[in-house]
Amino acid sequence: MTVRLDDTTASQVSTAISAERFRQGSSAVGRVLTLVIVADEATQADAVRSAAEAAREHPCRILTAIPRPGRGPARLDAEVTVGGADGLGELAELRLRGPLSHQVASVVLPLLVPDAPVVVWWPGAAPDDVSADPVGRLAQRRITDAAAAPRPLRALDVRRTAYAAGDTDLAWTRITPWRALIASTLDEPFGKVTGARISVMRSSPSGVLLAAWLQRGLGVPVEVHTSRGPGITAVTLSTDEGDISITRPDGRVARMVRPGFPDREAPLRPRSVEGLIAEELRRLDPDEIYGETLDELPALAAWGKYGDRRVPAAATPAAKRRPAAKRATTTKEAPGTAAPTRRKGRS
Amino acid sequence: MRTRIWTPTDNPLRDPRDRRLPRVAGPCSLVIFGVTGDLARKKLMPAVYDLANRGLLPPGFALVGFARRDWADQDFAEIVHDSVRENARTPFREEVWDELCQGIRFVAGDFSQAGAFDQLSEVVLDLDRVRGTRGNHAFYLSIPPKFFGDVVQQLKRSGLSVSGEGAWRRVVIEKPFGHDLQSARDLNATIDEVFPSGTVFRIDHYLGKETVQNLLALRFANTMFEPIWNSNYVDHVQITMAEDIGIAGRAGYYDGIGAARDVIQNHLLQLLALTAMEEPLSFLANHVRVEKEKVLSAVTLPANLDLHTARGQYAAGWQGGAAVPGFLEEEGISSTSVTETFAAVKLGVDTRRWAGVPFYLRTGKRLGRRVTEVAIVFKRAPHLPFSATDTEELGQNSIVIRIQPDEGVTMRFGSKVPGTQMEVRDVNMDFAYGDSFTESSPEAYERLILDVLLGDPPLFPRHEEVELGWKILDPVLERWAEGGRPEQYESGTWGPASSHEMLARDGRVWRRP
Repeated sequence: MTVRLDDTTASQVSTAISAERFRQGSSAVGRVLTLVIVADEATQADAVRSAAEAAREHPCRILTAIPRPGRGPARLDAEVTVGGADGLGELAELRLRGPLSHQVASVVLPLLVPDAPVVVWWPGAAPDDVSADPVGRLAQRRITDAAAAPRPLRALDVRRTAYAAGDTDLAWTRITPWRALIASTLDEPFGKVTGARISVMRSSPSGVLLAAWLQRGLGVPVEVHTSRGPGITAVTLSTDEGDISITRPDGRVARMVRPGFPDREAPLRPRSVEGLIAEELRRLDPDEIYGETLDELPALAAWGKYGDRRVPAAATPAAKRRPAAKRATTTKEAPGTAAPTRRKGRS
Repeated sequence: MRTRIWTPTDNPLRDPRDRRLPRVAGPCSLVIFGVTGDLARKKLMPAVYDLANRGLLPPGFALVGFARRDWADQDFAEIVHDSVRENARTPFREEVWDELCQGIRFVAGDFSQAGAFDQLSEVVLDLDRVRGTRGNHAFYLSIPPKFFGDVVQQLKRSGLSVSGEGAWRRVVIEKPFGHDLQSARDLNATIDEVFPSGTVFRIDHYLGKETVQNLLALRFANTMFEPIWNSNYVDHVQITMAEDIGIAGRAGYYDGIGAARDVIQNHLLQLLALTAMEEPLSFLANHVRVEKEKVLSAVTLPANLDLHTARGQYAAGWQGGAAVPGFLEEEGISSTSVTETFAAVKLGVDTRRWAGVPFYLRTGKRLGRRVTEVAIVFKRAPHLPFSATDTEELGQNSIVIRIQPDEGVTMRFGSKVPGTQMEVRDVNMDFAYGDSFTESSPEAYERLILDVLLGDPPLFPRHEEVELGWKILDPVLERWAEGGRPEQYESGTWGPASSHEMLARDGRVWRRP
């Protein structure tokens, strides 16, 4: 079920996928998107496993591009798997050697599922400006992971300055359960919120994103305190009726304390990568809230301490600055490729 | 504390554009009557755990069981634990269970016993205090309908049916909603007297919200289907719900009810309504309901019911490799029972869109395989520029909406057979909705329970729809009751000969699903 193609071309890979599909008698299955994973040898295996798991919910073609820069000649080696033992859709592992390692888009483009949206995921290192990257430009959605970078907050700052609609980061996806829990506390009547603070492990991009999101939503300054973790350990909203606090010292169960209620607990566990990717693939339109949260980062008191000082903190908000630049890049694109689109933001 | 009703739109952290944030139910409890039943153990309690595991239940959620058992809270917790272990969809996690377990209570008593309901009332008040459920309580009546009256009256008497300001009380009832029009009206009057209509949730567990939404999306989000979705192109529609199992220990419930009341009245007529209705103004609850009610009001029965309905009982036979007994030999069924296990009926829809297009509905137990589907069968092309022999194998085009198992859509159309000869044959094109492995594709009960706790009623049928269903079905049931017996059909086949004859009279055949 796995076909190896050494020293091959994209069109031969494409033929191999079709042939495998035909051979298995499944020539029409719903593939809703193409997921391109750009990774090195060290990260690709785990990433592919998670993506394949997520593909159960979103049937897709998964193309893993593994650039192997080196001195040798340009060469493409591929391994194609269709309908593996565990019923996974279509996987193609592409190793790009020599000068070809810099031309990932040229190999990926002919292998995209016709018409279907394209998502690119960099599980490890990612280019600084993902939407200007040749592979990123093929995609509606570009997924990075600031937490995987050697300096996560620095990486988040790079995402912030280069943000374009369609970008997203797993550091943001990781805090969805936290955001849901905090938001649900305010579904009940509450007093006037006067301030908020969160405690989080050092260098956590998720922590500052959560703080920025709260600050943006609540309109009050949010303090960020460093704790020993794991992850985010406490969030407190100060209101004129008393503090609403959620603490999670063990990384598993959150305890909620608020005036007028008995203390309550809720499970709040770190999420698996496949869960994160499945959430990302659920909606492929731009995540405006994420963009606006990035814009809020410089306004966070703690950001000056963490952020890259070379970037003037008061620069024009990313969401406003990007569109013009983006339009210029999209016009250069080959017909039929997806352009990063931007929907009107509220900012 | 404020008394103003708080709505999620007041929440500064909720932004309608933020599609990642799920709606989490507010503080509340779920009181289940009939926790010893099959449904509670196999579906309800596991679904509650799955919701908790996905973080969709509020912190402090409470689950109260009510049954005639001499149990303490811990005994009930153990029952819930076992049923979760056995039947939950998501992995078992100690911390989720521990938290859920703290909110589990049990009240022992009879459905007519005043003392038990007073005790329940105390338990619920106590939960408001220790778990912060804030007076929000849903009552799930997983019990035979004959007890509804008792329970609802007791809830009223003990003051459980009314909530304080800013809090809610809701009641959930399961099909069957009566056994004919009169009993449905009586049942509704009983419940209506105590619970206002907005707080009554009628659950048809066959028809998950996911399915309904898939069907609505297919019809109304696309341009390629709607133009041919009418009598100009559609020859007829077949709606099938087939089960491969027998009555499997439910003799007490099934005898006297039968396939038509059990499945056609609610499930198949809902599917018919969703298939045939006009486009709703929006997907708001009342807009969808209005359209469904309109189309159900337009449903007509054929003049001669004997020729256009069919009923049967499964006989002993071989089903998928196992020898199975006939219906009349099942334990608890009288050998003279006239309860049908197969029912088929031809209906018309008197609207401009559907004039002259018959809708054939059938359901049965111990049929060929388990399947639920809606098949739209199109007319033949008015002219075929091929010789008759070229198109011998060409059938009618069809779109099949598969509902279970493997939910999806199949299109069937003609295609040339490879080779030098011009020959056209039918081919299938399949689309399957994504598998429900990840947390996002919840089991129907999870969505139902969550909708109840959120107070989100869109797809629950209102009593008007239930009554319209009985209005359609009652004449058929009366005719059948006048005499005759259901025809025997061999288990593992697709129903009695009369059902096939019923379509043959119209020059059509049932699809083999």
